[in-house]
Amino acid sequence: MIGYVWFLMVIISFICALCTGKMENLSKSVLDGADHAVSLVISMAGVMCLWTGMMKIADRSGITEKMSKIMSPLLSRVMPEYRSDSPAMKAVSANITANILGLGNAATPFGLAAMREMQKTNQLGSQPNNSMIMFVVINTASLQIIPTTIAALRQAAGSISPYSILPHIWFTSLLTLAAGIVIARIFMLRG
Amino acid sequence: MNGISIYIIPSVIVFIVIYGTFKKVDLFGAFTDGAKEGIYSLISAAPSLIGLVTAVSMLEASGFFDLLTGFLQPVCTTIGIPAEVLPLGLMRPVTGSGSFAMLNSILEKYGADSIIGKTASVMAGSTETTFYAITVYFGSVGIKNTRFTIPAALTADIVGMFLAVYSVRLFG
Repeated sequence: MIGYVWFLMVIISFICALCTGKMENLSKSVLDGADHAVSLVISMAGVMCLWTGMMKIADRSGITEKMSKIMSPLLSRVMPEYRSDSPAMKAVSANITANILGLGNAATPFGLAAMREMQKTNQLGSQPNNSMIMFVVINTASLQIIPTTIAALRQAAGSISPYSILPHIWFTSLLTLAAGIVIARIFMLRG
Repeated sequence: MNGISIYIIPSVIVFIVIYGTFKKVDLFGAFTDGAKEGIYSLISAAPSLIGLVTAVSMLEASGFFDLLTGFLQPVCTTIGIPAEVLPLGLMRPVTGSGSFAMLNSILEKYGADSIIGKTASVMAGSTETTFYAITVYFGSVGIKNTRFTIPAALTADIVGMFLAVYSVRLFG
């Protein structure tokens, strides 16, 4: 999919520059863009590494496990096919906790394990059961205590307060999560 | 709101450090291990960022975003979303690197602390790469028919897009 998007972006910019007579700008932007991308990665590195480092301390202090234990009974209420002490639900809450703490590298393996465990007792076989859908919908709400990438991008763009959007992001993520759960429920009730 | 948010970052860091000391974690060892992981994931994201930042800057230079923004303006005014951020909202569920490249271009064009810059930041930070998550998770267990996952997740993304706009109006 990303391949098509990239292809379209390149083709559209060429056609657009032809029509607007901005071919010179376009030609310059190809080199500038690639050059800029590298300095962007470098200027993001400090903020990104600070947070992956801090969250590693949190992880080794046992915060992840503790949060995960608190989460699993809550999660099993919206994912009733699995009990809160089942291996599936343990993997689900480990994944969601890792996402909340911004431990992206740890989150994906837990998420894949969660899908594997849930699939074992999935009676629909080739289709996901309601809990599996709920898991993916919850995952796409992107709950995260510190949205590191956004803060790093804002810092790189010269923001005077890169973290000022934290409350906004919490508010929006939480309400989007609630909306996602309600919307998924509505689809489930309709069959 | 800025009054509260300046306390958040220092408090989180102090809490983690105190809690880690209390739990007898090798603080600095853990920090450097984590930071190393951060470097690795940034390096592994760099090639796709280079490709997509270039593509976004080509779109910007060709005048495409200005045309699109002008074209979307009437619709956006009606539904109350700044036209400048709608392309980002459309990109967000499809590609993570692509939307970060687009956010970068918006922040540089309109300013990170402008209303448009803030709205774009919240929009990119509060939703996920929905199509990617669906493909990876269901693909890993060989499920092709995902029932109502896509409509449900995308409806939630649209709700998130509006909430991002309202949150900036609400909290400033």
